[in-house]
Amino acid sequence: MFAKLKNGVVNKMKFECPVCGAMVDLPEGTVIGELIECPDCGTELEVVSLDPPTVKEAPQEEEDWGE
Amino acid sequence: MEKIKVSIVGGSGYTGGELLRLLLFHPNVEIAEVTSESYTGKFVHKVHPNLRKATALKFVSSSELNPCDLLFLCLPHNSSQNHIDRFKQLASKIIDLSADFRLKNSAEYEKWYGHKHARPELLNEFVYGIPELHRDEMKKAYYISSAGCNATASILGLFPLYKNGLVEEDRTVIEVKAGSSEGGNKVNEGSHHPERAGVVRSYMPTQHRHSAEILQELSFGKRINVHFSATAIDMVRGLLATCHVFLKNDLQEKDIWKIYRDAYGNEPFIRIVKENEGIYRYPEPKLLSGTNFCDIGFKKDEFSNRLVVISAIDNLMKGAAGQAVQAFNLMFEIDERTGLEFPGLHPI
Repeated sequence: MFAKLKNGVVNKMKFECPVCGAMVDLPEGTVIGELIECPDCGTELEVVSLDPPTVKEAPQEEEDWGE
Repeated sequence: MEKIKVSIVGGSGYTGGELLRLLLFHPNVEIAEVTSESYTGKFVHKVHPNLRKATALKFVSSSELNPCDLLFLCLPHNSSQNHIDRFKQLASKIIDLSADFRLKNSAEYEKWYGHKHARPELLNEFVYGIPELHRDEMKKAYYISSAGCNATASILGLFPLYKNGLVEEDRTVIEVKAGSSEGGNKVNEGSHHPERAGVVRSYMPTQHRHSAEILQELSFGKRINVHFSATAIDMVRGLLATCHVFLKNDLQEKDIWKIYRDAYGNEPFIRIVKENEGIYRYPEPKLLSGTNFCDIGFKKDEFSNRLVVISAIDNLMKGAAGQAVQAFNLMFEIDERTGLEFPGLHPI
């Protein structure tokens, strides 16, 4: 799943989390392939492009909750 | 700012103790008197040992109360309404933590509480005590009635959905799992340790009185139905409300995130807790012990229109004393978070 910036300069360094819709700041110095955690839903997001900032949900390990 | 002089009526219970814990360290408050008929003349730390060295206050009889700026009423239900005239003479502002003035409709009160209200003409003088719903009214209020703990968690969990008309009005099911402190500090056979420890006790599968508050606050002029059950579990503080609602439209989780973010994004004491990994992915009452937070999470059933909303609070804090202090702050135009910023403990 990909998320792209809507448009415009103001939002240039933000991207929308594809899972929860939060507008997340792209930290300065971010490189392609870096993982960024969404501050709202905690999903790990992989940066796939910088201009415009685009991310996809990073693969997550299935966790066993002992159930 | 000159300190606001408050007194607590009925301060020997768990809610009174929690109020004392908060107000003793509130920078804008001076506690004038704390009443208890059973412990008159005793230090308050005799009953609330966590307050040793925090105060030298002693309990007084309510007959000895002096005028003050605000009274917190922590009396058993069906008590405030019978003494309200005297309390009004003692203070121009009152926060009642009992159920006496929560409902606006006296017929509903009689239906749920099984007797006529002693002062039905006063019901509309009280603002219902959930700040997130009634903040503006509280800023102008003289009388506030704090909400029930189960009702608080349920209402806050469902409010954004009902306000926006997103759920089927008659199919909501709420199951609350509650700790033992909800029952207060009066003992009975059921609270005896060998009986109470380890229980999963369905103590109110139907007809819980807090249902009336939930209906009142979520109806928005429509006829709704909420099916509420409560189960006592082996926990001292805290409650978890698991609410099952059925969406009218095919909303996706991202849409629901937006609805909750729009409703609560700026709220200081509400957190949306819904994560895909980690141990605490959804609200967990034990992490909220001693805090004024209400944590809310949700999960949409992929195979139906059911949405499960999960909310958690500390029943003595956001469900009672914390909520009351938050309301107090609003009444006196103090930063709403004052005295309530404890973030909780981990591990606990």
